[in-house]
Amino acid sequence: MSMTTALQKKLSAGLPYEELLPDEQPAYVHSYVYLFGVASLASFLLLIGTGVVLAAFGPQWWHGSHVGLFFNSLHFWSAQAFFFFMVVHLWTVFFQGAWRDGRGITWVSGVVTFLTSIITAFTGYVSQQNLDSQWIATQGKDAMNSVGVGAFFDVLNFGQMYGFHIFIFPMLVATLIAIHLTLVRLKGVVKPYEIGRPIPGIMKRPSPAKEAS
Amino acid sequence: MASKKEYYQGVRFAPYDLVREFVVALVVVTGLVIIIAGVFSSPDVPSLTLKTVALQTPQNFVQNEIDSLDGNSPVAGYGPPYNNQSGSVQTIGPISLQKWFGVHIPVNTAQDYVLGPLQQTAAGDSQARAALSTFDRASASTQANWETAYGGPHNNVLAKATEHGTVLTVPACAACGPVPTMMARLLVLGQSGAMDGLLLTSRHFYQTDYTRPLLFINYTDAMANEATKYNLKGSAWGVMNETGNYPGQAWLWLYTLFYQISPYTTAWAANTDALAILSVTILSLLLMLLPWIPGLNRIPRIIPVYRLIWRDHYRKSGQS
Repeated sequence: MSMTTALQKKLSAGLPYEELLPDEQPAYVHSYVYLFGVASLASFLLLIGTGVVLAAFGPQWWHGSHVGLFFNSLHFWSAQAFFFFMVVHLWTVFFQGAWRDGRGITWVSGVVTFLTSIITAFTGYVSQQNLDSQWIATQGKDAMNSVGVGAFFDVLNFGQMYGFHIFIFPMLVATLIAIHLTLVRLKGVVKPYEIGRPIPGIMKRPSPAKEAS
Repeated sequence: MASKKEYYQGVRFAPYDLVREFVVALVVVTGLVIIIAGVFSSPDVPSLTLKTVALQTPQNFVQNEIDSLDGNSPVAGYGPPYNNQSGSVQTIGPISLQKWFGVHIPVNTAQDYVLGPLQQTAAGDSQARAALSTFDRASASTQANWETAYGGPHNNVLAKATEHGTVLTVPACAACGPVPTMMARLLVLGQSGAMDGLLLTSRHFYQTDYTRPLLFINYTDAMANEATKYNLKGSAWGVMNETGNYPGQAWLWLYTLFYQISPYTTAWAANTDALAILSVTILSLLLMLLPWIPGLNRIPRIIPVYRLIWRDHYRKSGQS
């Protein structure tokens, strides 16, 4: 069998279209709580879009023109929105115990995405080329240096940080989001907790003897 | 493990338009961001230059220069990755990752901040050329005596200097050799803006690495003043903050928290950065591995927020 055919069969078996883009969901999914994930995704796409424009025109443009500053503002507030929605999404899936029933890796992929996004934002803040980026870079260098990371991740080096911010980390976050979404679709959303069911090791139903007494 | 079909056995399904949901979310978030960006704009306080530092605080600028020359500046004594000193070397218990990785971004403060810039401008500056020549011919101990007399820790002439606006007047010093001339030329370079370019100079035409000028600016009074003015200092949650009344990196609150509490600020103060990184790494791993940590993975079952999340489901299924 050709490798192409083998890959084709594996993909169609492992990633069926109807699972990746289903047109129905469990009825309990009809809740606003489930919207924060897709709002995070929308914010991320907005970040990429505004970031592409900023990268295309360069630092002098975003500092020196009204349109540039406006796109810088769009990027700034997109980052705030992205983290706001992502943190609320994190809390809501936490309180759903969304890792249950074989969804542990889905949870891990989400947490890794969140942590990688934090580093991505950090490289963005030190790439602004203003007082804030100077302050964050000079303060952040001590943390990086203290654990040896500063030897090869120089937060005072604009060229390196800018490269990380506009290509390496966004690609990484986009890949992680793709993995996370694929896992969510393949596994489906977790079922609600059953009310009244005992929590192992925490709560126990009263024994029949006790109930009788 | 049960297949997806088996898992959802008995669960009621309803039509759900994921694509429409995404399009609506994108439109709404884009609209919100456009409105907020249009109304509030974004912070963009201009960066500090060496020229600004030299003009605003000439005495402190020269103090940093003489400290760079005599090896008493924070950068000169920093340690890896800039040099082999130990002033800012941190450890986690007996381990110093900072030392393990070693010097990767060498910074020689005397050469990079003092002698190098003067050598580059000496061709067109006879005073600087003569001063450098005298300095180079002197022995190391003579150089050290001149440096100490000019800007050392005790009874130096620089401390007696007076500032009048951007003009720095340093008392005459017979024991300082050519150092007063060297420092005066450096102040001229700083105040003219030439130093901003000289510290970026490397063997390449294009420059994108601001490590040297930023390390210099880092420890100046001008930077500290700006940080205080814009509420950026560590005691005010440091790197989490943004200049002006804008939200900063609020997502760094947990990491920044360690810089506010004991023992990180007391007994562990010498290694705060390393221990804060270690602590936040451990907490991140706990968060990541939560599904498999007994006790922690039952928290959402114990705190019944899920009853609120799925209240319609419980009501309709008669579980409430």
